[in-house]
Amino acid sequence: MTGTTASGLHLPRYLREPAEQRTPLGYPDYKSTGLRAPLRTPVDLPHRLTEVTGPVLGEDRVKPGDADLTLRHGGEAVGQRILVYGRVLDSGGRPVPDTLVEIWQANASGRYRHVVDRFPAPLDPHFDGLGRVVTDSLGRYEFMTIKPGAYPWGNHHNAWRPAHIHFSLFGRAFTQRLVTQMYFPDDPLFGQDPIFNSIPAVARHRAINRFSLDRSQDNWALAFEWDIVLRGIEQTPFETDDDGDVA
Amino acid sequence: MSTNPLDVPDVTVPYEPRSGQRGTGFLTEPLRLGTTPSATVGPYLAIGLSWPDGPWAAAEGTEDGFWIRGRVLDGAGDVVPDALVETWQADPDGGLASPEDPRGQASYPRFRGYARSATVDPPGEFGVFTLKPGRLPDGEGGLQAPHIDVSVFARGLLDRVVTRIYFADEAEANAEDAVLRGLSEEQRRTLVAEPAGDGYRLDIHLQGDRETVFFAV
Ligand SMILES: [Fe+3]
Repeated sequence: MTGTTASGLHLPRYLREPAEQRTPLGYPDYKSTGLRAPLRTPVDLPHRLTEVTGPVLGEDRVKPGDADLTLRHGGEAVGQRILVYGRVLDSGGRPVPDTLVEIWQANASGRYRHVVDRFPAPLDPHFDGLGRVVTDSLGRYEFMTIKPGAYPWGNHHNAWRPAHIHFSLFGRAFTQRLVTQMYFPDDPLFGQDPIFNSIPAVARHRAINRFSLDRSQDNWALAFEWDIVLRGIEQTPFETDDDGDVA
Repeated sequence: MSTNPLDVPDVTVPYEPRSGQRGTGFLTEPLRLGTTPSATVGPYLAIGLSWPDGPWAAAEGTEDGFWIRGRVLDGAGDVVPDALVETWQADPDGGLASPEDPRGQASYPRFRGYARSATVDPPGEFGVFTLKPGRLPDGEGGLQAPHIDVSVFARGLLDRVVTRIYFADEAEANAEDAVLRGLSEEQRRTLVAEPAGDGYRLDIHLQGDRETVFFAV
């Protein structure tokens, strides 16, 4: 899809999901968006060299043990052990290999190891809630962790976040950068959570993982599968006049 | 138990084959998976997204290196103390440290091209240490002005917002830049970092009279 020609550079163009399927920047029920989400219409930025490239962040960002959040500081974390695994793909179905995946989450009782978190639930000395891996050649990733607890927040009376794990992905290009949250099936807290419900209804199922008995480990851990789909390249390469450089 | 053949379930969610499962087995159009929806980083992003070497797009002590600093401000003019700013840019020769560059992956000494910095209070500022990027072709036969692509993440933003940093001391290049030319003078000002102290300064206004120009990428 990319290549150099006599006339210049042919660059890929990354698909943008239609607005009806993307999470909006602001959402009135999520109160913090009120003073933070920009109000003006964003300006279209053509995909040039800076946008179709991105940093190479590989194995040197990951330490041994970063994929297993259940063993930290010389002991085992408390909670339901779970395997979270899946593939990073682009919207054309192509695996995204060798890309950094960073996660963070609350512990089993719904508490984050963070000064701002004042929820009076116990911290776990053996759980810090941070994981990192690099996808393999087929775009696969795997974390062993514990099921995060639900936690309250001040958005409205009796506001509770459904159990979730935060994910951060780079992909291969600036256009593909994604920070998101993964949810668990059938969570009774979905209905009252504005962060979950800010996702358009047609796309919500993409944020929910799938229980896998096959990959659950006998006598050890339940397994949940979640494929993450980043923006892919438009099928038609970007064509230009022969006299113009394209970048 | 019998089922009524007319009792068709109300399908409000469009059918989306899981990756690897393609319905009939005959592909009539390119495989197209729905992208994963974005979500806010929330208030605890520091757990997952802090790197000790985060601010260093260029390694500490690199010749000609400078700091770009600034605040992220909300619609009330208050400092956002829990945002994360990420930057990505070309090296001084106009190369990009990425295999996705069709001109070939560049390698510039002591330079990563990428940085991330939280706006931790105090001082409530982001700061990235970097080098001035070179100019890149603009796809319309000209050259872009030196620029840095920026993503801002924060609690209260359900997706990242994207902007660019240009440089006030590149007036000639800025005047030729296709993106800047498409903006009003007032809009342009929100993207141009001014020389200050040990480098440059540019505040990012999420809302308000001086709302920064954000880009749809
Ligand atoms: Fe959270």
